[in-house]
Amino acid sequence: MTQGITKLLRLLGRVLLGALGVLVLVGAWEAYKALGPDNGVVVGGNTILPRTTDLAMPHVWDMLTTFSDPVNSFSGSDTVGSVVWSACLFTLKLAAIGWGIGVAVGLVLALLMARFRLAETAMLPWIVLSQTVPLIAIAPLVRRWGSQIHLGGWVWSSENSVSVIAAYLAFFPVAVGALRGLRSPDATHLDLMHAYGVGWWRSLVKLRLPASVPYLLPALRLAAASSVIGTVVAEVSIGLRGGVGRLVIEYAQSAGGDPAKPWAPIFGAVAVGLVAAGAVGLIGLLCRPYRRGETA
Amino acid sequence: MTSATIDTGTTATLRVRPLRDSRLTTLLAPAVLGVLVIGAWQLAVEVFDIDPFIVPSPRAIFDQLVESRASVWEGMRGTGRNALYGLLIGAVVGIVAALLSNALPVVDQMAAPVVAALSVVPIVALAPALYTMFGAAVNTARVIVAAITVIIPVYFNTLRGLRQVRPVHRELMHVYAASPVRIARTVTLPTAVPYVFTGLRIASSLAVIAALIAEYFGGPVDGLGKAITSSAASSNYPLAWAYVIGAILLGLAFYLVTLLVELRVARHQPGS
Amino acid sequence: MRANAVEVTGVSRVFPGRKGREVVALDDVHLTVSEGEFVSLIGPSGCGKSTLLRIIADLDVPTAGSLSVFGKSAHQARLDQDYGIAFQQAGLLPWRTVSDNVGLPLEVHGQSRGSRRSRVAELLELVGLADFARSYPDELSGGMQQRVAIARALAESPRLLLMDEPFGALDEITRERMQGELVRICAETGAAVVFVTHSIPEAVFLSDRVVVMTPRPGRIIDVVDSDPGGSGRRDDEFRDAAGFFHTVARVRELLHGGPATTTGQAVPAARGVETR
Repeated sequence: MTQGITKLLRLLGRVLLGALGVLVLVGAWEAYKALGPDNGVVVGGNTILPRTTDLAMPHVWDMLTTFSDPVNSFSGSDTVGSVVWSACLFTLKLAAIGWGIGVAVGLVLALLMARFRLAETAMLPWIVLSQTVPLIAIAPLVRRWGSQIHLGGWVWSSENSVSVIAAYLAFFPVAVGALRGLRSPDATHLDLMHAYGVGWWRSLVKLRLPASVPYLLPALRLAAASSVIGTVVAEVSIGLRGGVGRLVIEYAQSAGGDPAKPWAPIFGAVAVGLVAAGAVGLIGLLCRPYRRGETA
Repeated sequence: MTSATIDTGTTATLRVRPLRDSRLTTLLAPAVLGVLVIGAWQLAVEVFDIDPFIVPSPRAIFDQLVESRASVWEGMRGTGRNALYGLLIGAVVGIVAALLSNALPVVDQMAAPVVAALSVVPIVALAPALYTMFGAAVNTARVIVAAITVIIPVYFNTLRGLRQVRPVHRELMHVYAASPVRIARTVTLPTAVPYVFTGLRIASSLAVIAALIAEYFGGPVDGLGKAITSSAASSNYPLAWAYVIGAILLGLAFYLVTLLVELRVARHQPGS
Repeated sequence: MRANAVEVTGVSRVFPGRKGREVVALDDVHLTVSEGEFVSLIGPSGCGKSTLLRIIADLDVPTAGSLSVFGKSAHQARLDQDYGIAFQQAGLLPWRTVSDNVGLPLEVHGQSRGSRRSRVAELLELVGLADFARSYPDELSGGMQQRVAIARALAESPRLLLMDEPFGALDEITRERMQGELVRICAETGAAVVFVTHSIPEAVFLSDRVVVMTPRPGRIIDVVDSDPGGSGRRDDEFRDAAGFFHTVARVRELLHGGPATTTGQAVPAARGVETR
């Protein structure tokens, strides 16, 4: 009984400290805003500390109240909060699809590379290199290519392009993490399977996949966060209506009128990322027995 | 002689084979794959007569790259400078923060939500706000965007490395009645070094991408991002692709340099 | 009269477990190790021999009882660096060469590079690894790594050596050689040794006294004197002597639960001990 209470108190302590940390950050923001020079601190032509005007650094309180402000001056318009909320759901959906595709592709590649050494030697450098490609430049291209695809009655939409970009960012951690995991079993365990006359594919199910769980879980979480980031980048690049990325640009353009408004979609994007990573983290809870070999 | 397992600079584990076999394959296989893919690409563009609007042929891109190499190089320097500053600042901040979090668990727990938020924030979302904060005439926003991208992997990996001290080493230092500073110098920091480098390796190419993305939202005219947008806007697609190649080369260069430094410094360490 | 090297009085160590399943690693243990005496702790897994060693080394604290090392508390003895230790795992720092590993305690305690160099060379010569001075631990076999660890334990010529199955990973031939070296070193330096082992012949060969322990709860059954008799030297001749085999048999009896002890109760059988 007392163990349960200790755990609860410890959790409470962590939550409080976390909140304290956020408050410290808020305090630093407001303190600098109050004390810092209007034009920021400029050293040798470079602005190293930000400008402190209300336009450049809105009060934290204003950032929070902006959620309940109306989105535009038309009567009966939605609040910023509800618009950002719908946009977040939209983005989350696209990110989820992208994550799913990325995980599938990543796993297939990892299996291929784990099975055939040559595949690994040939493909891994290119897979690593793939992440140096600036997606923001590629996104319009993907949309262009997609529009060339005609499959029966189905037409490629911009949303598909966004999911593809998200998948592009998501597949990499999964491919690398899954490969490490599939290669992780002890030599002793592999020899055991060999001695039992178990072929590669069966030992995959019995040994390699379970052994890869501790590596796969953080990779999946990272892929979720990457997928959200990729979705937002693609939304911005393509200008997709309905997503959080588009709101960031829109509100930034009207920042003159309401300086705190652009921060709402920023918080929204962060929330989407945290929810995505958290949801995937929950999968980890289901895999408890497979994680017993995990060290720190 | 029994075969040994080696953790290479990439995240794969290789069993040691006879030298001539593995070295040659490691270089040849990816090169052959690349040549095949590019060859197929060139063939496809020619056979299907694909409009450069969709995708230019590798030949056209290469020609354009050679022709405009001076301006591609200029763009690489601009973006590279911001990425480098971001990498250095982010690395220092990330390492120091990890040292603090390791020494004081209170700091670790207080920083946790902020760090979690930073680890999921899309840079594109922060860029406009940062330009408003720092002004659009300077590169600061770009450097900060790159730095934030670097801090996260460096922080997490360094923190992990600091916590990897083996119990037997800790007990040895306890038996020697060594001072905390001596323990840090002799055991904790050397154990963490390979992890720090893992973080830096991951962060190196991310810094380039972040710096480039930031260029899309304002700021001075230099850099590859600006060059890509302007050449795409004037429908010079081979040139836009040439700049993209430049970006890839820049990211690759950052990664390789970090890898080389790591191989030099952290040779006889158990890998992460 | 000078203080004994180690005096253990009524020491108990209980490890709390979950749901009230606590482990009594040591129960009311008494032991005295005189200066220059070689004492082995032998017994099956879970008998508390490693726990006792760790308590002497101030790596753990007893839940009851007291102990002193050279007349001081274990804590003070550690601060005064009165002993050297060799763990079961070699525990070498992988980023340091063999020389730098052997010289680690000297370096930590402020000895200059020059004097370290000669001492390290001496120690490496002693354990037969002079050729590997500039190698790294990952280039050595497990047995070689353990020899480096032993050289390290001897670096400061301590008055007390605490060793936890240091020869466990070595092959029999190297093991016997290292046992001979250890005996010689202890004779030269006059160091007291507390030595944990699984091997009866090893314990009988090396020690003046063999402390036989039993698990659950960890207790000392009895202490057997191991007298080299005859020439009084612990050498290969001793290994073949009748007295040696008698002592080995006596220890084995105790471990297997032989005839009833003087308390009238049969000693429980102990498993998990090498009896070759």
